[in-house]
This record gives sequence, structure tokens and C-alpha cells, in this order.
Amino acid sequence: MGLQALFFYLFAFVAVASAFMVIAARNPVYSVLFLILTFFNAAGLFLLTGAEFLAMILLVVYVGAVAVLFLFVVMMLDIDFAALRAGALEYAPVGALVGIILAVELLVVIGGSTLSPEIARNSAMPIPPISERTNTAALGDILYTHYIYFFQLAGLVLLVAMIGAIVLTLRHRPNIKRQDIPRQVARRPADAVEVVKVKPGQGI
Amino acid sequence: MDAFISTYVWPGLIIVAQSLLLLVALLVFIAYVLLADRKIWAAVQLRRGPNVVGPWGLFQSFADLLKFVFKEPVIPAGANKTIFLLAPLVSVTLALATWAVVPLNEGWVIANINVGILYIFAISSLEVYGIIMGGWASNSKYPFLGALRSAAQMVSYEVSIGFVIVTVLLCVGSLNLTDIVLSQNDGLGTRLGLPPSFLDWHWLALFPMFIVFFISALAETNRPPFDLPEAESELVAGFMVEYGSTPYMMFMLGEYAAICLMCAMTTILFLGGWLPPVDFWLFNWVPGIVWFVLKSSMVFFMFAMVKAFVPRYRYDQLMRLGWKVFLPLSIAMVVIVAFVLKLTGWSA
Repeated sequence: MGLQALFFYLFAFVAVASAFMVIAARNPVYSVLFLILTFFNAAGLFLLTGAEFLAMILLVVYVGAVAVLFLFVVMMLDIDFAALRAGALEYAPVGALVGIILAVELLVVIGGSTLSPEIARNSAMPIPPISERTNTAALGDILYTHYIYFFQLAGLVLLVAMIGAIVLTLRHRPNIKRQDIPRQVARRPADAVEVVKVKPGQGI
Repeated sequence: MDAFISTYVWPGLIIVAQSLLLLVALLVFIAYVLLADRKIWAAVQLRRGPNVVGPWGLFQSFADLLKFVFKEPVIPAGANKTIFLLAPLVSVTLALATWAVVPLNEGWVIANINVGILYIFAISSLEVYGIIMGGWASNSKYPFLGALRSAAQMVSYEVSIGFVIVTVLLCVGSLNLTDIVLSQNDGLGTRLGLPPSFLDWHWLALFPMFIVFFISALAETNRPPFDLPEAESELVAGFMVEYGSTPYMMFMLGEYAAICLMCAMTTILFLGGWLPPVDFWLFNWVPGIVWFVLKSSMVFFMFAMVKAFVPRYRYDQLMRLGWKVFLPLSIAMVVIVAFVLKLTGWSA
């Protein structure tokens, strides 16, 4: 148990410290790199609670794909963040409000389940013990068996958003050379090359 | 105190010893993989390749190591020093970290975790950071272009690798790498009434996915014909332009560790891991690790041959292949495999 507590405090400390550095760092690229470190430690915390599937998915999706795109954008943009930050204090009340709301909600959830543990047992899908079902399979049961229609619906919403983004940004520019691979493959030597027998000294 | 030693100290020491053993074996293996790569490339072009250091050039990689280590590391004046030096470290650490879950034989694995394949997938999707960080920190045009290309390339091909892995997982029903190998004890061949043989492995049942995985692995590890991040004819050496001596060597080491990992992954997912090719007493007597290394080396031989005789892709062709050919093909295969398993009742 001692080792687990040690790792918990290690991951938690690094996660909180690097989350603070995300907003404190002067260079935006450092911010994104600290964000990645935060994700990494959150994955470590997931592992400690036994949610191994969530930990790995967090790494694959957020660190492997989303944060790469963040990093891309931040590296390509040439923003003077010092100038942007000049008026940051004006927004502090709004930020504080959002923070307080989040903190209260967290307190309600955690406090509620601590005060009356029977709430956790009333959930629609009780969590099976790890010895019976791995959490990958348990998540699969919920997403793909019990709530398949809602899951498909969520996917549909994403699909619509994706099509919308493509429609908004797609431009068809005329007069551009494009490679048409099926046409290239279908082309035979007879269509493209004419073999001419040239007599010496006469030309074609 | 005794309890503390028996629960923490001894297991900890054993894990450290195992990791060191695997690391040393892997590094020596990588040294010879590098040499083999150069020798095969040379042989295809009717050259001799490295043949001076040691008999048949066998110690060439170690001579290179010494040369890299004793050179002076040069950091460009405009570079971001911290990230510039962090990038090769990230690259090599992540590439070596994936090996923790790779089973070399039944039970020969440092961490036999339930989500082994996801772990490999997750860590290898992080390897792109070494390249992006290196390219950005160099503060120079060609490295940055190389980093951008490589990030787009690795993210694109990860998608199809993910779906290929899903098709294999559908057939296996577990994310544990040892289970994936053991499930290939019976398969297509035994269903047809044949004794256990290489026909049972997933390469036959999922042949299109085997090809897609192989090609995606080439793209994911930035191997030719997809070595656009360091296309020397266009970008000098891509994200590595500003690197020299030890940092450069670490990038190379990370790259080859990732290549060896992809060979091992192909072996585990499609070529039956450490299982002997036919159920024959002599083959069964040979230790599993020998089969594993033989199969991985064979996959690497194919990697090296592709490097030797396939011309480099153009960037738009690379993106077209990833998004317009491999992605639809692998999604279709996920659906087909799921239906076949469900309708025939073969699912695990």
C-alpha cells in the first residue's frame, strides 16, 4: 500500500505542478509541453486506480493526437503572448467564477458519495469487480452493448460536425494539376507511346 | 523490515536486472540490425558495404558508437537549448520503453500487462514528440519543415495501424500480447483439419491487414520509401540537420529501436510470435526465442529490401495512400472480420 501512496503523491504533485506551469510559462510551446506532462501524469493516476484502458486511451487520443495538433498550431503561430497577457487580470473574475463552479461541483460529487456510499451502488451500470471482468471489457459492455444507440448517436453528431468543417473549408480551385491514379494505372503503352521507325538522315 | 525487503527490494532488484538484460541484448541486436541494413543495401547495389572494422565489418557499429560519443556536440546559437537536448532523449527513451511489454517467449516479458498492445500503441504515438521538439528547437527552416511533415505522417498512419490492430484483437479477444501469440496456436489451418502450423497465424487469415500493417509500419518509423521527414534530396536531413555527435546518435538509436519494435510487433500480431512454423519435434525443441528472433529478422530483411529498391514517395502520394486507401480498407476489414466472426461463431 505504501508504494501506491508514494506513486499517487508523485503523479499528483507533478500533475498539479505542471498544470500550474501551463498557465505560468512565458513561452507558449513550453505551455503545451507542460500540458503533455500533465496528461501523462493523469494517465499515471488512472493506472493507479486500475483504469488501465482509460489511461492508455488518454495517452493515445490526447497526447498522441490532440496535443500534437496544439503543438503544431502554437509552433506555427507567431503570437506575442506577453502583449496578450497584458489585460489578463480583467478576466480574472470570470475565471475565478468558472473555477468556483467547478470546485463546488467536484465537492458535491465527491462529498455526496463519501457521505452516503449507497449512491454509488444505485448507478445504472454497476462496475463489475476487476477479478471478474477487465475494465476494457466492462467499458465495451456499456458502450457497445447497453448504450449502443446513444453511442452511435454521439458518433453521428461528430460526423455532422466533421462534414460541416470540411464543407466550410473546402475550396475547389480550377486550373490545378491533379494526379488521377486510376487513369494512370489504366493507361496502356499503346495509348501513350508511338514507336516510329526513323530512317537515318531524314528525320520525322 | 524483512517484509519490506521481501515485498519491495527483491522484486525491484529482479525487475531492474531483467530490464538491464533486455536493454543490453536489445542494444547489441540494434547494432547488428544497423550493420545488416547497410550490408543489405550495399549488396543490392553491388557494393561491399562496411567491411573494414573487424572481420567482414562486424564491429562497424561499435566503431561508429565510439566516434559519435567522442565528437563535440554542437548546439546552434539560435536553438532553444533545453528542448534541443531533450528531443533526442525523449525519442530514445520512448522507443526503448515500449520494449517493457514485448514478450520474447512464453513468460519472457518484463511487464505482462492486460493492455499491452494499447501500451505499445500509446507510447509509439508519443515518439512523434521527439521529432517535433527537435525540429522546432533547432530554430531553422529545414528541420522545422521536416518536423511538420513527420508529425502529419506519423499521425496519419497511426490511424490505419490502429484499425489493423483492432481486426487482430477481434480475432483474439484480448489486448494481452502473450494471449495474442497463444491464440495463433489454432486458426485457419486447424479449422480445415490440419495439424498446428504456420497456416494458423493471422498473416493468412488477415492477409490484406498484414500488408497494410507492414507498409504502415514503414511509414510510422519514417523508413524509405516514406522517409520524407529526412528526405535528403529536399530537406538536407530533415529534423536532424542541426544535430551531431551523441544527440544525433540518440535519434538514430531511437529510430532503429522503433524499427525493431515494429518488426517484433509484426511477428507477434501476424507471424505467431515464438511459435514454431510446423508441429515437428525438432522445431518444437528449438527454444521459442530463436523463432522469435528469426521471424523478426526476416521482417527486418523485408524492411531493408524495401529501402534498397523502392523509390521515395511524393508527399501528396503518401497522404493519399494513408487516408484514401489504407483507412477505408482497414475500416472495411474491421466490419467484415466482425461479421465473419459473429456469423460463424468463431469469436473468442
